[in-house]
Amino acid sequence: MAEIKRIETPLTHEMVTGLKAGDNVLINGVIYTARDAAHKKMVEALSRGEALPFDVRDQIIYFVGPTPAKPGQVIGSAGPTTSGRMDAYSPTLLALGLTGMIGKGLRSAEVIEAMKKQGAVYFGAIGGAGALIAKCIVAAEVIAYPELGPEAVRRLVVKDFPAMVIIDSKGNNLYETGKAQYRRA
Amino acid sequence: MVEYKHRSTDLEILISNYECQNTCAYRTTNIELRISHYEYGREESVKEIHADRIVEALEQLCLEANYDLGEDIMASFRQARESEASPLGKEVLDRLIENAQVAHDERVPMCQDTGMTVVFVEVGQDLHIVGGALTDAVNEGVRRGYEKGYLRKSVVKDPFDRVNTGDNTPAVIHYDLVAGDKIRLVVAPKGAGSENMSALKMGKPSDGLEGVLQFVVDTVDKAGGNPCPPIIVGVGVGGTMEKAALLAKKALLRPVGEHHPEERLAKIEAELLERINKLGIGPQGFGGTTTALAVNLEVYPTHIAGMPVAVNIGCHSTRHKGITLEGREA
Repeated sequence: MAEIKRIETPLTHEMVTGLKAGDNVLINGVIYTARDAAHKKMVEALSRGEALPFDVRDQIIYFVGPTPAKPGQVIGSAGPTTSGRMDAYSPTLLALGLTGMIGKGLRSAEVIEAMKKQGAVYFGAIGGAGALIAKCIVAAEVIAYPELGPEAVRRLVVKDFPAMVIIDSKGNNLYETGKAQYRRA
Repeated sequence: MVEYKHRSTDLEILISNYECQNTCAYRTTNIELRISHYEYGREESVKEIHADRIVEALEQLCLEANYDLGEDIMASFRQARESEASPLGKEVLDRLIENAQVAHDERVPMCQDTGMTVVFVEVGQDLHIVGGALTDAVNEGVRRGYEKGYLRKSVVKDPFDRVNTGDNTPAVIHYDLVAGDKIRLVVAPKGAGSENMSALKMGKPSDGLEGVLQFVVDTVDKAGGNPCPPIIVGVGVGGTMEKAALLAKKALLRPVGEHHPEERLAKIEAELLERINKLGIGPQGFGGTTTALAVNLEVYPTHIAGMPVAVNIGCHSTRHKGITLEGREA
């Protein structure tokens, strides 16, 4: 296992430049959640000239819709959802200064181009490990769209949240290099 | 050639001389499909079950399916951990084992996507359900289970308006009417990450076995890391469009490590698994030699012009729990 890098949010451009595809990271600090319906609402709000529920500049959005917290829990199970469904919206948020996204699965060429242009990274968390990942979330608060239930926008505080840099700001892609390394087809 | 053989007690369809003409040279004769066994003059006996018992069973199954990963899958994680070539892949498998243990010990869902609740119901025709409609009882059980178990409500009422129903109902229910006086309930919560990567093709008979295999492998290749590999691949071949899809879904219920009882089909499963694991996708798509834990294939007779193929992808933690309930003397 390579060295593990600790990151404190906000995720500045300088920090983004230092991250390479395949880096193992532990994220600390505030991150925001949004998935399908919240992305749609945010981009619609922008098109009406309204402000976003939070300033995305130098922030990380985690694509997640957690289960309800049990009594005594900060949050329920909270693993990443498939990022590809956010591809239609991510370039708009990247243009506003978003520097990090956490999810799982493939991204479109348009998103990767926008990431290279704006300077952003795409992190992968372990899909389907929601019970384990929840343990790294120390605070959670709904800050927008409560009517969306699991899809509401939440402000999370995370401690040593494990993630992998999948696509870096140069466009290097672990999904491609990892697959090529083991492909025998 | 299809030959119908009708005896006083049996109706059997013998499909004879079925041959797959292809490079892999799988070949068989006499697939015997018994569709019914009728015993004349049997005594009448009907049992009764109250719908409340079905509600209670469903509630419990929703919890267990989401909290307790099958021992078959846990065993295959451990096995894959040994055989996986990528150190990063091994690390992912360790985390998946740990995740399943946390979910089990702390009674929390292993994944935040607690799925659309797919329910398989096999009703014995000599069982009389009293006290309410069966479909209502199934949905009530799902409603209670998802509330009580702190499971995520992931169902929208309308695919266009997309407003959450708030209780994870309705379930997707598949009924089978079978012989006997019992009822079997299986809850298989299905997450969208893997479901969205599934595919169906209405192929041509000339595609042959190789065409079918290539479609399955291509479907998995295109999915990459999206469906949370290492995946379980359910494949349904034959029947009609919806029959192939249902076969593929049911194939996901077969325990990992258990192969098709028919040897030629078990060989196809093994070949598919090998080809899929050569794709390089690996655990979580980070690269590796374990892209799938199992390929489960089910087939059904089909039309002379048909070759329907359905690929239903299940994530690494494909969930299902079942119970058989017995009625009381009516």
